[in-house]
Amino acid sequence: MRPTPLVFKVITVAAFIFLYLPIITLIVMSFNGGRNPYVMEGVSLQWYRELVTDGELIAALEQTLIVATVSSLIAVVVGTALAVGLARTTRSRSLEIVSVVPAVIPDVVQGIGLAAMFTLLAVPLGLTTVIAGHTVFATAFVVSAVRARLATSDPSLEEASRDLGAGTFTTYLRITTPIMAPAIVAGGLLAFTLSLDEYVIASFTSGSTSATLPILVYSRVRFNLTPEINALGTLLIVVSLVALVIGARWIGRRGKVSA
Amino acid sequence: MTQIPEDHVLEPTTLTASAGAGDDSGSAVEGGLLEVRGVRRAFGAVVALDDVNLTIRDNEFFALLGPSGCGKTTLLRAIAGFEVIDSGEILLGGEDLHSSPPERRPVNLMFQSYALFPHMTVAKNIAYGLERERRPRAEVAERVATVMAAMQISELAKRRPSQLSGGQQQRVALARAIVKRPRLLLLDEPLSALDRQVRLEMRVELKRLQHEFGITFVMVTHDQEEALSMADRVAVMAAGRVQQLDTPVGLYRNPANLFVAGFVGASNLLVGVVRANTFDSEHFGSLPLPSNPKGVARGHLVLRPEDVRIVAPGEGHVQAVVSDVQFHGAATTVLATSSVPGAPMLVAMVTGLAQVTPGDRVGLHWDTGLVVEDALA
Repeated sequence: MRPTPLVFKVITVAAFIFLYLPIITLIVMSFNGGRNPYVMEGVSLQWYRELVTDGELIAALEQTLIVATVSSLIAVVVGTALAVGLARTTRSRSLEIVSVVPAVIPDVVQGIGLAAMFTLLAVPLGLTTVIAGHTVFATAFVVSAVRARLATSDPSLEEASRDLGAGTFTTYLRITTPIMAPAIVAGGLLAFTLSLDEYVIASFTSGSTSATLPILVYSRVRFNLTPEINALGTLLIVVSLVALVIGARWIGRRGKVSA
Repeated sequence: MTQIPEDHVLEPTTLTASAGAGDDSGSAVEGGLLEVRGVRRAFGAVVALDDVNLTIRDNEFFALLGPSGCGKTTLLRAIAGFEVIDSGEILLGGEDLHSSPPERRPVNLMFQSYALFPHMTVAKNIAYGLERERRPRAEVAERVATVMAAMQISELAKRRPSQLSGGQQQRVALARAIVKRPRLLLLDEPLSALDRQVRLEMRVELKRLQHEFGITFVMVTHDQEEALSMADRVAVMAAGRVQQLDTPVGLYRNPANLFVAGFVGASNLLVGVVRANTFDSEHFGSLPLPSNPKGVARGHLVLRPEDVRIVAPGEGHVQAVVSDVQFHGAATTVLATSSVPGAPMLVAMVTGLAQVTPGDRVGLHWDTGLVVEDALA
């Protein structure tokens, strides 16, 4: 193969810098010694110390983790069931599209719809309504991941299992589920990370006592911005990266066997 | 349903003599292992199986042969239990399989795609069927080890299917089905996914395994060479019906109709009408009528290339000019064209070298031939 022309290398490096410069800035600024989040004044860990003692922020983080965990777990169960059901019972392309539309509807629209629905049904806004709102789009992501997996796997696998003496339930447990597993995990992780930083739908569906982290961060940015937010951002990046690496390695291991 | 001719009307050639007609010890008198009776299956307006009747004997290697869309795969899947039939019955050892789901049938299917479980090792794949029978662990391990040794795949036990070659995958798929000791092993186009060399090896291997394990094999294939070289008996299917059920030699020497004559082996097919003692060919005029046991009035005269002899010009039944000579080593194919407009090219096969070259005027002679009906069964 011919060596890559220099111009492509430059473009590649420039693209990566463009993508990651904001993140790098954030990480550097989190070790800021001064109060101004935009000007570096010496190095310190003081904002990490502030962070762990900030009760309001810890509470918001807790809410966010609850919302992300519960909504992605529900989405995994409902989404997988929906994907399998669709694959088994219909070849309708439009039904498939309907099942993933919530993933692409603008968040503002989805948020207004949810808020209107909860108001009409007289459901008090709070943590439950945020979870419900996130479950809607999370489910769509899980459905599309699992459907794609089912579409590319050999349909004779389930027949082979039955041919060898397994009933439908055993086949589902021993063959279908393990084959879908990488897609279920990928869909679930995606749903989890999307929920972590989701602002718009959360702002429409949360009550005054159920502010999630993005909502809190947004209000702080307007009134009370300190480098503490940078420290928080850095920690969130670390958590996301760890989840991403674990997920990717696991999927890589499972995915490899089905090549 | 087609007739199985009892006597061979034609003189047996060297080909017939070597294969022998009596390769099944018994005859059709003893009851079959699998009886397919009046089976019909339609998908909307498309009739995949149309009154199919056949009997598969215990311990035989049986082939369902036909072009794609002839219904052979539908029949195979119906026997395995993956296809419901609209009417008729399928009996295994005298028992109607109708109400048994696939997992309860003592029948195993080797899928065309092999359908190996990607998340399990080779050993786990093979053990899967025995574990479903809730066999003791020691027995499972022992039977898996035995079958892997017989298939020469013991060293692959810990591999995943994605780490195997096509030939290895097929051995694993076969082992996974055989280890269950089914009464009937169904094979869906077993050799189609393999390279030519591996395919030739597996032909021999499949026959060996069939003898070694004493399991009745039913193979679906579209490759007539494969069916003729491997199977004890072959059912040729077209348009959802069995056109002929016979031994490979029977199919070749006594095709039931034009379809079978054209599908099994190479043939010269001359269209024409039967007169008192002659066959009036549309292109070649009055030819001697070799044999017409079924009393066909109009149809095709079937001449196998090896039955056509090249004689001096002016002699023989047809005059032609050699248009091509193809040397194959053991035999040579001679293509000859007559001057009659629209006449088909005639093919003669000669043992060893042919003493003619393109452009030579030749006469073509034959002593054996058969008249068949054009219509499908």
